Amino acid sequence: MALPLFPPERDPGPDFVGLLKLTTDRASLAARGEGSAALASGATGTPLAATVAHGTTVVALRFADGVVMAGDRRATAGNIIAHHAMDKVFPADRYSAVAIAGTAGMAMEMVRLFQVQLEHYEKVEGSTLSLEGKANQLAQMVRSHLPLAMQGLAVVPLFAGYDTTRATGRIFNYDVTGGHYEDTDFQATGSGGRDARSTVKLGWREGLPRDESLDLVIQALYDAADEDSATGGPDPVRGIYPIVAVVDAEGYREVPEPEVAERFAALIARRQAERAQ
Amino acid sequence: MSMPYYVAPEQVMKDRAEYAQKGIARGRALVATTYDQGIAIVAENPSRSLHKISEIYDRIAFGGVGKYNEYDQLRVAGVRHADIKGYAFSREDVDARSLANLYAQYLGNVFTHEMKPLEVEILVAELGDQENQLYHIAYEGTITDEDRYAVLGGDAETIAERMGNAWQADWDLSAALKAATAALAGPDRSLAAGDLEAALLSRANGRRAFRRVQNGELALLLA
Repeated sequence: MALPLFPPERDPGPDFVGLLKLTTDRASLAARGEGSAALASGATGTPLAATVAHGTTVVALRFADGVVMAGDRRATAGNIIAHHAMDKVFPADRYSAVAIAGTAGMAMEMVRLFQVQLEHYEKVEGSTLSLEGKANQLAQMVRSHLPLAMQGLAVVPLFAGYDTTRATGRIFNYDVTGGHYEDTDFQATGSGGRDARSTVKLGWREGLPRDESLDLVIQALYDAADEDSATGGPDPVRGIYPIVAVVDAEGYREVPEPEVAERFAALIARRQAERAQ
Repeated sequence: MSMPYYVAPEQVMKDRAEYAQKGIARGRALVATTYDQGIAIVAENPSRSLHKISEIYDRIAFGGVGKYNEYDQLRVAGVRHADIKGYAFSREDVDARSLANLYAQYLGNVFTHEMKPLEVEILVAELGDQENQLYHIAYEGTITDEDRYAVLGGDAETIAERMGNAWQADWDLSAALKAATAALAGPDRSLAAGDLEAALLSRANGRRAFRRVQNGELALLLA
C-alpha cells in the first residue's frame, strides 16, 4: 500500500466513494452496484430475494428535542427467520442516525460506507456536512444500487438527524431510485412500515416529550409485529428488544435495553388491562 | 563534445538538506507530550483555520511543521490511507506505525529523487491503552519514535532540552500544556492562548479520541 497521493486534476477531494474507485479494483457492492448482476439473477432457480436475509420494520419520528428512531430485530429470508437479533438502527455520525430495511447484507455495507464517508469528509475538510448534505450523500448511494434493486435486492434506508443550524429534528425517507423526501413529522419503512405508521399517526402531535415519543415508537413496532409476520416483536425469553435511538442537541444515544424492556412490559400490561375490562 | 556537468553526490545531498532545514527553521515549532489521559499536542500557530494539528483516525493524530501546503497534502493522504484501510479491514487494524513508515518512505523518496525536497517535519501520534507512540519523521525520511515527548520545527533542539528538563510521567493536562508552552516560548518571551493551537488524544473521548482545545479552554488550562 503506497501513500494515496493524487495529482491535483485527479484529486477526489473529500469524496470517499470516489477515492475507493481510484484506489481499489473491487470497491464494495453498495458503492458500485455493478458487476453483481449475475449474482442477482441467481443460478439456483429460486429467486435470490427469498434466500438472503431481509430487514423489516423501522420507524422514526420528530419530538420536542430531536428525533427518535427505532427498528425491530428480525431478519427474514423468504418464510424463514434468518436472524433474531439484527441491528437496523445505526449512528451515521454524531448528529444523525440511519435505519435500514431491505436486503440486509447490502444495507449493512451501505451503512458502513455511509458512516466512513461522513467521517472522511469531516476529517479532510475540517468541517461537518449539513444534514441536507448527508441526506443527499445517502441518496447517491441508494441510487447507485438501483440495478440490484430492480432484481429484488432493494435497500431502502430511513435517515434522521438533528439539524444543528435549525435546532430541530428532521427525517428523510428514500425509495429505491434514490429519491428522498423529507418528512416533517414521522415516517416508517419496511414490510411492517405501513402498520407502524398508522400507530404513530394516531399518537403523534407537535412537541411530543421524550417519554411519550419512546412509548409511541415502541407501540408502533408492537403493532407492526402484530400485523406483519416479518416484523419481530419483543422477545423476553432471549432478552431481545428493538433498538431505540434518540438524536438531539447532545448527539446520538441509544436508549438502554432495560428501559426499552420496561416500556414494552408496561405496554403489554396496559393492553392486558384494556382487554380485561 | 561538451563535458557533462558533474556535481558530487555528497554536495547534492548537503545542498538539499540545507535547503529543507532552512525552510523548516523559518516555521514555528510544535511540541507533543504524553500526560495522564493521553497525548497533548501544542503548536505555535496564530491561525485559527490553517491547522498544524489534525485528526487522522480514531486514536491517531497528525502534526506538521514547515510549509503548510506540503504537510497538509501529507495529512490528507494520511486520512485517506487510514480510512481506506479501516474500511477494507477493520478499525482496529489501522495503526500509526505503518502510516509513519509510509510517510518516511515518501519523504525519503522525494528527498533523493526530486529536484526539491519537502520542507516539512511530520508527527504521527498514537494513543495506546498502555503505551503511547510518537513518531517523528524528518524531511529526508528519518524516523524516530518517542514515548515521552517530541519536538518538531525550528529550534527543536533547544525546545527539546527545555521540555526534557520539565517532563514528568503522568502529569495532568494543565501541567503538560504549561510546560509545553513554556518550552516553546523560551526564557525571553511568553505565549498566550491566542498564539497557540492545541489538541488532545484523550482516553476520555471514546472512539474518536481526538479533540481540539479551543482558545477559551486553553487560556483556563494555562492560567
